[in-house]
Amino acid sequence: MAAAAAAAEHGAEVLLVDRESRPGGILKQCIHDGFGVIRYEEKLTGPEYAYRDVEAVRAAGLKVLNNTFVLDLKKSEDSFSLLLQNPDQGAFQVSATALVAATGCRERTSRQVFIHGDRPAGIFSAGTAQNLINLHGYLPGRRVAVLGSGDIGMIMARRLALEGAEVVGVYEIKSEPSGLTRNQVQCLEDYNIPLHLNTTVTKVHGTKRVTGISVAAVGADLKPLAGSETFVSCDTLLLSVGLIPENDILEPLGPEFDAKTGGPVVDQRMMTSVPGLFSCGNATHVNDMVDYVSESGFIAGKSAAGYVQGGGKRGSLKVNAGKNLLYVVPQRLITGEEAVIYFRSAKTMDRVTLVAQAAGKELFREKYLKIRPPEMQKIVLQPLPPEVESVEISLGEAT
Amino acid sequence: MEKRELTCIQCPLSCRITVSGEGDQLKFTGNQCKQGIEYARQEVTNPTRTLTTTVATAFPDFPVLPVRTAGEVPLGKIFEIMKVIRAVQVEQRLKPGDVILENLAGTGTALIATADMCEGVNATAVKL
Repeated sequence: MAAAAAAAEHGAEVLLVDRESRPGGILKQCIHDGFGVIRYEEKLTGPEYAYRDVEAVRAAGLKVLNNTFVLDLKKSEDSFSLLLQNPDQGAFQVSATALVAATGCRERTSRQVFIHGDRPAGIFSAGTAQNLINLHGYLPGRRVAVLGSGDIGMIMARRLALEGAEVVGVYEIKSEPSGLTRNQVQCLEDYNIPLHLNTTVTKVHGTKRVTGISVAAVGADLKPLAGSETFVSCDTLLLSVGLIPENDILEPLGPEFDAKTGGPVVDQRMMTSVPGLFSCGNATHVNDMVDYVSESGFIAGKSAAGYVQGGGKRGSLKVNAGKNLLYVVPQRLITGEEAVIYFRSAKTMDRVTLVAQAAGKELFREKYLKIRPPEMQKIVLQPLPPEVESVEISLGEAT
Repeated sequence: MEKRELTCIQCPLSCRITVSGEGDQLKFTGNQCKQGIEYARQEVTNPTRTLTTTVATAFPDFPVLPVRTAGEVPLGKIFEIMKVIRAVQVEQRLKPGDVILENLAGTGTALIATADMCEGVNATAVKL
């Protein structure tokens, strides 16, 4: 919605295609608060945050197709051809000069974390449980264990406790929680839900329904320690083990991908390696705050409008994620234009300095008292001179 | 009061703050700034939270409505408030900000809708 509103504001004719019946994406089921802290300086709930964008889209009179799926995408010389399908119109073609993919991300599943044992009912991703409780009013279990301490897992632990389920524990294989500290305090500590670090689920028990799980302490290599396995009785296992940008529908267009983010490589206009194809939000990389998702949407929408009007410049100089950085977005830059850059650190570090440099010359420097991988960071890089060929961004000791 | 250890959530530093002492004589250690003292004082004297949950509705196409408390409520009263909320059924299609209950469990705080019910979950081809 941010991208659509921005594109319309900058003069483009816009069609917003959504596979769901109501606008707002995942925000509809994220009923907890903490959204909009940067954009509105308020702590809104997910549905409230989405509602503001819905009202903006309504006010702008944008064309919206709900319940509509993209079946196929093709690119010809100067336009994209989309094969769409919905219950009203059947299958039909639409063409567009520019395309913004704001397809979000999806959850890693049990198959992707290699849990052994049976496959009974009662294993849910945290987001599925969230959907069942918050949109449909079903409680997915009475005695629940959570694998992974991602934000959705911790938020769902609290949600289940509020609705009367017993949450037996949150098990995190790493030595620190993978979600935000705020969630650890307000979701787990507030409700006396135990967090077990350096611990993982090794096996699921049960034939028809989950009857329990085996958990084990892990060593420094993250492998279960022999003899540490114990049985925990529960009827439900929630998985909060990470998110992956969702870009399957872009495959026919073949944009370049970044293995570190799981999303397409973009420049600061959020354009991918395919001219006219833009990416934003959690489809580009998994953000920690919705405010940044919308921000990238605004950039992508504005840029897409600019592209349609003939401003087809493309970023070619490389931004490299250097020492102690997990990733950097955008990965390409256009010289002579300001750039919003998002990054995550590779590990928790105290008193560090972020430095951006090109050909040995320092472009930007910022100090951080503490930096953690779950907390995404943002900097703004001033326009680069045309002779710059690559930029390296790295984190080092504070100086 | 027994010693209590808290994690400050005012900034990314996440200081571990230890609070000891009684009444006006609370002692704080481990904080790196004044915000930490204010946070810890509030947390040991009167911790408050915004409660977000759902209420049942009379509409099969929108079975539960997301809601929140209009302001923060005492953390210790959350389960009492949940009991009040669980007894409610929404009979009208509401919009974000509409009041569902006043003065929740004597807190003086209202319960408000956070989602727009006017478009059903299962509606087809909803135009904005």
